[in-house]
Amino acid sequence: MAGTAVLGRVTWRSATVVELRDETATARTIALAVRDWPGHIAGQHVDVRLTAPDGYSAVRSYSIASAPNSDGRIEITVERLPNGEVSPYLTKELMVGDDLELRGPIGGWFVWRRDQTEPIQLVAGGSGIVPLMAMIRSRASGSSTAPFRLLYSVREPAVVFYRNELQALSDQDHSVIVTYGYTRVAPKGSPRPPGRIDATLIATGIWPSNLGPTSYVCGPTSFVENATDLLIAAGHGRENIRTERFGATGERK
Amino acid sequence: MAIISRGFSGRRSAADATLPPGQYLTTDFPVLSAGPTPHIPLDRWQFTIDDGSNVLKRWDWKSFRELPTETITVDIHCVTRWSKLGASWEGVSLDVLLADVRTELPYAMFRSYGDYTTNLPLKDVVNKQAWIAFKFDGADLAPEHGGPARLLVPHLYFWKSAKWVKGLTLMPHDKPGFWEGLGYHIYGDPWLEQRYSGE
Repeated sequence: MAGTAVLGRVTWRSATVVELRDETATARTIALAVRDWPGHIAGQHVDVRLTAPDGYSAVRSYSIASAPNSDGRIEITVERLPNGEVSPYLTKELMVGDDLELRGPIGGWFVWRRDQTEPIQLVAGGSGIVPLMAMIRSRASGSSTAPFRLLYSVREPAVVFYRNELQALSDQDHSVIVTYGYTRVAPKGSPRPPGRIDATLIATGIWPSNLGPTSYVCGPTSFVENATDLLIAAGHGRENIRTERFGATGERK
Repeated sequence: MAIISRGFSGRRSAADATLPPGQYLTTDFPVLSAGPTPHIPLDRWQFTIDDGSNVLKRWDWKSFRELPTETITVDIHCVTRWSKLGASWEGVSLDVLLADVRTELPYAMFRSYGDYTTNLPLKDVVNKQAWIAFKFDGADLAPEHGGPARLLVPHLYFWKSAKWVKGLTLMPHDKPGFWEGLGYHIYGDPWLEQRYSGE
């Protein structure tokens, strides 16, 4: 029962920052050693709590970026939002050795399990790549041979997360195929001019519907609405499409 | 004992004082759904009330829209921590829809297009506590926000306000709907911060 993924996991745990890596000019990966971490499934998220000296606290949810493992270490990637309350602290102030509190893992729907054998279509808009990267890493670190494709829509080349790792993974294993779509600025020599994902990109960048893929779509609301409408128009069954959206407000859902 | 975050002061506003614990204010209207947005033509829309074996009431869009409506201005609280104050809706009260339904069954499972479900005690959807809303801020409810019509039950976390609602099934016992079966709280009172099962 999927619900057991959450049961008993509502306790706050302390976590120590063990590594920080900049992904782009505004996004940072935070690796945490979590005390008594129960393990997670790719696609799940955690609640992170910051507390000020006077007791005021703020909580936000962040998708886990790392593959499931048993060593109590997880990674999140946080995009700094100009008017965010929590993300500027996490991306600028936080240092290796700092402690914070988190709870989880949370979520039993937008997940990929290693025993799923069907083709997987991942569709990411911007920082929506994070939970999908956990799925790609989960596949790579296990014995899964499920064919994976990622269609990754970003504003411009400079804001791509995990580029080198995605390149390395798809070079090593031809069952992982990555296609980029650029909405504002495309790299030189790009076959396609910049623009939102459209039926043409869907036709060339995703598994055909007759292979029966399960699709995971994550990104801002308008991106997810557009991408899922295009998937359905291309013949994908709505029951095989799972989504996670985040609103214009702000912090990563 | 909470861990103090060195150098974190946070951003407090006067409005936070009026919010349930752990919520922050937004003026946007974010969207949270598990799958694609269904687009339901009005000539195929219907709303039914059943008791698990028999359909007790049925409306199509035309007969539904002939029912008396109310304008409701309420605060809404999403389990993902945003709250929106003073949202304005128009809808049909569940009191109207349930007016001539005689039942001893104390729970309801609301059903949606797209197969979403959510469970509620019947006592939480009567006595001016719940509506089937079809307008938001004076305009037809957009599909991504649950249009043509969604449940509005503002005193509970907003996932209970099922989008694309198409009916309810009366039940003798409570049982989890979609999110409730995936680890979210069976009841979901924001003032008690009932986000996940086990709290």
